[in-house]
Amino acid sequence: MVKNQSGKLLVDPRYKIANREAIIGIILAVINFIWWFAFAFGLGSKKVADYHYVMGLPAWFFYSCVVGFIVITILLIVAVKFLFKEIPLDDMPDQDRGDHK
Amino acid sequence: MNWSVVIPMILFIIVVFLVGIYASKATQRSDDFLQEYFLGSRQLGGFILAMTMVTTYGSASSFIGGPGVAYTVGLSWVLLAMSQVVTGYIVLTVLGKKFAIMARKIKAVTLIDFLRERYQSKWVVILSALSIIIFLFSSMAAQWVGGGRLIQSVTGLPYLSALFIFAISVLVYVIIGGFRAVAITDAIQGIVMFAGTLIILIGTIIAGGGVDNIISDLKAIDPGLITPYGPDHQFSAAYISSFWILVGVGVVGLPQVAVRAMSYKDSKAMHRALIIGTIVVGVVMLGMHLSGVFARAVMPDIKVGDKVMPLLAIKVLPAWVAGVVLSAPMAAIMSTVNALLLLVSSSIIKDVYLNYIKQNASHQRVKRLSMGITGIVGVLVLIMAIKPPDLLIWLNLFAFGGLEAAFIWPVVMGLYWKRGNAYGALTSIIVGVVSYICFSTFIPSPFGMHAIVMPVILSFFGYVAGSLLTKDVDVFQQNKIISKFWSV
Repeated sequence: MVKNQSGKLLVDPRYKIANREAIIGIILAVINFIWWFAFAFGLGSKKVADYHYVMGLPAWFFYSCVVGFIVITILLIVAVKFLFKEIPLDDMPDQDRGDHK
Repeated sequence: MNWSVVIPMILFIIVVFLVGIYASKATQRSDDFLQEYFLGSRQLGGFILAMTMVTTYGSASSFIGGPGVAYTVGLSWVLLAMSQVVTGYIVLTVLGKKFAIMARKIKAVTLIDFLRERYQSKWVVILSALSIIIFLFSSMAAQWVGGGRLIQSVTGLPYLSALFIFAISVLVYVIIGGFRAVAITDAIQGIVMFAGTLIILIGTIIAGGGVDNIISDLKAIDPGLITPYGPDHQFSAAYISSFWILVGVGVVGLPQVAVRAMSYKDSKAMHRALIIGTIVVGVVMLGMHLSGVFARAVMPDIKVGDKVMPLLAIKVLPAWVAGVVLSAPMAAIMSTVNALLLLVSSSIIKDVYLNYIKQNASHQRVKRLSMGITGIVGVLVLIMAIKPPDLLIWLNLFAFGGLEAAFIWPVVMGLYWKRGNAYGALTSIIVGVVSYICFSTFIPSPFGMHAIVMPVILSFFGYVAGSLLTKDVDVFQQNKIISKFWSV
């Protein structure tokens, strides 16, 4: 437990939102990596003679790099539009909820 | 000289130059010179923020070195390059609003300002400033060489004159305009990079007779070119994946990128930048590297990787369009150099001079010194670049990894872990840099991965262990730091 001289620390309420958004970013990165890795090395490890092609590109590449990029962009847009909050960044004077003890 | 290629490039340079000078007017008006010169008074909107992040990060290697390698090893290198999509959103989410809020609480202008306040340690500041100055200086030199060579190969001018043209067109607006001029010119450069990428990709596909045709040509040259492992199975999955650290999430620790994460105006700007930045970085990386791969089918006999892009543009596009497209790597190099230059000079002025040499320097003096040092650093780099070291891409990557290993944990853990302290940060910086240099020299691919991976892991443990072992050393100061950074 972290305390300062005056007893319990009142953590800036905006940090809760900031922390949540950081975690969303990390989750996106993990999804991005798994998608990228699974299609590339899952489909790409076959013999070249057995490759399928989508729009002229080898299927592993198409799904991993082209579709993967589109999917992650869409997820990001959804996350930003629906999960990210607009909060003031400037140092707020004491008008905020410093009223609870 | 091929005038129809050269003229669009000259026009591009002139436009960037004029806009940079125009933007510098804000510097003259501002009341707080340091905030304005080194951070643009935290006024960046979403579009400019996205562009300045992408272009600062996307350098000569994205346009010249990278596609050159892709030409040789095929789609595996595009796969590797696509690990960079994550940079479009990870920096702004992980450092995120917390970094922006904390930086405002302590009025930080540089990354080191943040580290100094967060750790209250002279040694953290000195070590960080040193790593920034040394590493960024060398990576800047590599970029200048790239800029000089590019002008040389397009215009046929001697290297030295080419280098001078490049230097002057960057130096003037950075010196007088500072961060705002850099960010605004970055936005123009980003647009050129984006458009140039699309044009060259489409041009190459048409010249190669469609994607189907190109891929079967590549398969005929070497089937390895269309596998994720490269010709002769030369890359392992672990090796390619480890670039997610080096050029992906590790970018969070790069000072030139991190400092941009505290320059935006408000939450809305950050939200827009996340989306725009990710799209731009994805399109540019995919498009440029894919063009490099496809070039092999169009022109199979290029020996020097760095020449692939200039030759390709001139071959597959009408001359004046090639000029526009070749302005894209020019833009990438200029926009990286200008950011690095400003960061090195801010470390010298703000982090060393004002902290330890003369704390109460007058406004006028700071102003003159800032511009003066920026100029001197620029000229020094120019001199270094006259006799160029080879292997642009690797030199650049070395500086990259060193900075990432040094800064990633002191910054990230400093934001999210209250107990992190100066001893942890120092351990982390030292372990990171030293082990990165050792690994890349002696064991370049431990466990089949790139040398960056182990140092990043080791420096994490260094940070945690260092902080926990010394948690009772200065409880009073630590509590003061915590209440300054975390309290309402």
